[in-house]
Amino acid sequence: MTDHLLEIRNLSVEFHTAAGTVHAVRDVSFHLDRGETLAILGESGSGKSVSASAIMNLIDMPPGRITSGQVLFGGRDLLHLSDEARRDINGSQIAMIFQDPLSHLNPVYDVGWQIAETMIVHGTPRAKANSEALRLVTRVGIPNPEGALRKYPHEFSGGQRQRLMIAMALAMKPDLLIADEPTTALDVTVQAEVLSLLHELQQETGMGVLIITHDLGVVAEIADRVVVMNAGEIVEAGITREVYHNATHPYTRKLIGAAPGKGRMHQPGAEAEPVLQVRDVVKDYAGFRALDGVSFDLMAGQTLAVVGESGSGKSTLARILLRLDEANSGTALWKGRDLFTMPPSELFKIRRDLQMVFQDPTQSLNPRMSVYQLISEAWAIHPDILPRAQWKARVAQLLQQVGLRPDMANRYPHQFSGGQRQRIAIARALALEPKLIVCDEAVSALDVSVQAQVIALLDDLRKTMGIAFIFIAHDLPVVRDFADHVMVMQKGRVVELGTVQQVFDAPQQPYTQALLAAGLDPDPDVQTQRREARLALAGA
Amino acid sequence: MTHDPDIIPAEPGTLTRFRRMLMADKFALAAVIFLTIVVLMAILGPMLLDASAQRQNLRGRNAPPFDLDQGWLMILGADALGRPLLSRIVVAAQNTIMVAAGAVVFSALTGTLLGLLAGYSGPRTSQVILRMADVIMSFPSLLLAVIVLYVLGPSVVNLIIVLAITRIPVYLRTTRAEVLEIRERMFVQAAQVMGASRWRIAMRHILPVVFPTLMTIATLDFAFVMLAESALSFLGIGIQPPDITWGLMISQGRQYLTTAWWLSFWPGLAIILTTLSLNLLSNWLRIALDPTQRWRLEMKGRRS
Repeated sequence: MTDHLLEIRNLSVEFHTAAGTVHAVRDVSFHLDRGETLAILGESGSGKSVSASAIMNLIDMPPGRITSGQVLFGGRDLLHLSDEARRDINGSQIAMIFQDPLSHLNPVYDVGWQIAETMIVHGTPRAKANSEALRLVTRVGIPNPEGALRKYPHEFSGGQRQRLMIAMALAMKPDLLIADEPTTALDVTVQAEVLSLLHELQQETGMGVLIITHDLGVVAEIADRVVVMNAGEIVEAGITREVYHNATHPYTRKLIGAAPGKGRMHQPGAEAEPVLQVRDVVKDYAGFRALDGVSFDLMAGQTLAVVGESGSGKSTLARILLRLDEANSGTALWKGRDLFTMPPSELFKIRRDLQMVFQDPTQSLNPRMSVYQLISEAWAIHPDILPRAQWKARVAQLLQQVGLRPDMANRYPHQFSGGQRQRIAIARALALEPKLIVCDEAVSALDVSVQAQVIALLDDLRKTMGIAFIFIAHDLPVVRDFADHVMVMQKGRVVELGTVQQVFDAPQQPYTQALLAAGLDPDPDVQTQRREARLALAGA
Repeated sequence: MTHDPDIIPAEPGTLTRFRRMLMADKFALAAVIFLTIVVLMAILGPMLLDASAQRQNLRGRNAPPFDLDQGWLMILGADALGRPLLSRIVVAAQNTIMVAAGAVVFSALTGTLLGLLAGYSGPRTSQVILRMADVIMSFPSLLLAVIVLYVLGPSVVNLIIVLAITRIPVYLRTTRAEVLEIRERMFVQAAQVMGASRWRIAMRHILPVVFPTLMTIATLDFAFVMLAESALSFLGIGIQPPDITWGLMISQGRQYLTTAWWLSFWPGLAIILTTLSLNLLSNWLRIALDPTQRWRLEMKGRRS
């Protein structure tokens, strides 16, 4: 039993907050061997990151307090080491990479210096550290490694930054690498590449990898074993395939069931007529072409999914359609009238028909307004919709429609969870009785199980109220169960446009195929096939 | 707490809520009481005590405080001409508060409005407003005051205008900087999508977020303006005797500081207490206006 690389025994962590004591981690035990990848899977608030922080001694104490347990690393209990001994282990034997590499790289030093610094701190001579840094940067696949060492973090893309973080983490050849949501902020194709890199490096060095994620796909792609956490406790643990196929705990089953991309696809009828006809939209930002001749039709009461990676212009498209930005050329006919050339007075009336739900409800809801104020603002701006006397009744009705309780109306946004906030944002959009709702990554910031609920709500609204949706996402599986048509965008251009079945079952364009292949399936068996297909595609 | 979840519960009125929150914060309550007294003094003081504040009494020159032999008005002592300090402080409250409040309110309003405009309009308007602010800031404020007051003659109104103008850039720059950040926030765009007018966005969405910062600056400025006003009086271009302000009283008492400390001490104390009260009040207001912080006050109120 003692030859595990890392063993956590009965770890419990509490936090003392204004609202009382929070048991973030309760009696958690797991272990990790050399050359093995263990995934800790859980939604926000499950305690998965706190567990990892305990290993790295990153918990702020107070307010945090480790109440019980042991963290055995190579037979030594990390919780009872002196600070100095801990520092010796951190970075050299245990390394960590984070979700957002930009905030963990120092912006005022070039990356070569930062990678070498890790080694110098642990006693490597500078000349050797520099040559080692070059080797690492070459290994993690950064183009032009010599030049890259003298560049600063902001000069790299998100995927490259994560590669640099990995290079830095590997500098001291650690025995254990902890990766906290390493690919969550990355595009799907980049995510697949980074995970492959991690896997290769593990094969080379034989280190143990502890990966913390909320994404079943990531688990299926990389993990040998998985630990599922919920509300600070481990609810299930085992070999990845076993857990996926024979989940015993209801929470695990719920999580697996909530993974998108398994339901029946929509079969859009041909008889619908277009409400929005977009033709040849072009948008330039100071010499950079964000949108390059985008054209599509949107049918009444149907959903068009716009899928693309960062920089594809999908969010720009949303902003232009809602006139938050002006297009350089092109037309967008809404019921025969061009949105782009409309005078302000007409635009004001049309705003009622076109609404938007934003990515992050924490930011799109004014924190100083109560739910009632947020929703009723629509009628304050458009007084002809509803007389003031009926506001209360209508707010209550709308809240019920999106699955909230009317007695929540006097609360403020911070008193709700992420999923509830997005429901409030949807209720606000509905208050104007729109014909079209543009959802800009409306579910990307939400947990998987909440995602499924919000998508179900949106689909229900589409059916019952005949609202058309433009649903922007970076992730293909999310749109599979919800969209009628799918438009794939890359670098401001429409790459592929077709019904959901065409795009998913018979993608015509290489980019769409690559995007589909890069998507991670929660089923480990399917994912293994997919990985092979992807590698074949990359090799071709 | 039994209520029907299908009905939006009626909220207590804004006034009751703020009263409850004020009760929960004893310091803020004391501040409000003190400020009310100051305001009453400012309104009623000159009517009641003007005669006694001007009556010279050479036998009571620099009379020490806490001596009731010469009547209760002399409890705080008397100044160099034997005038009771108590009644002088009460009478001086009017000019002091008028100048300070006038200058602060005027500069805060103008500065905030211009700041909103500069932050929320096109680059040209914004440039014009900012360069104006630069001019005011780069010009020594005391020099400006000397010139303007020398030309226009010292009066309460002129004093307010001069002090206000020199303080406008503070509010303007703060507001503009915050507006630039806030207007990129998602909830402002959400309001735009709903068709909210610029005016509505500025007033309903941006201003409430900037407001606490402005309040804090304004309360700090209050003390600054009171002292600036006394500096001007000292130079002979501010309020002139026989009119009095707290600042003027301090500077008049300065030459007796070693022999009769109370001449400067009492008006100084009045300034300190007023500023302190305003600070406590603005601190309370910042919490009371912020929904994410408000529970601190509401919890306390419920417990007591």
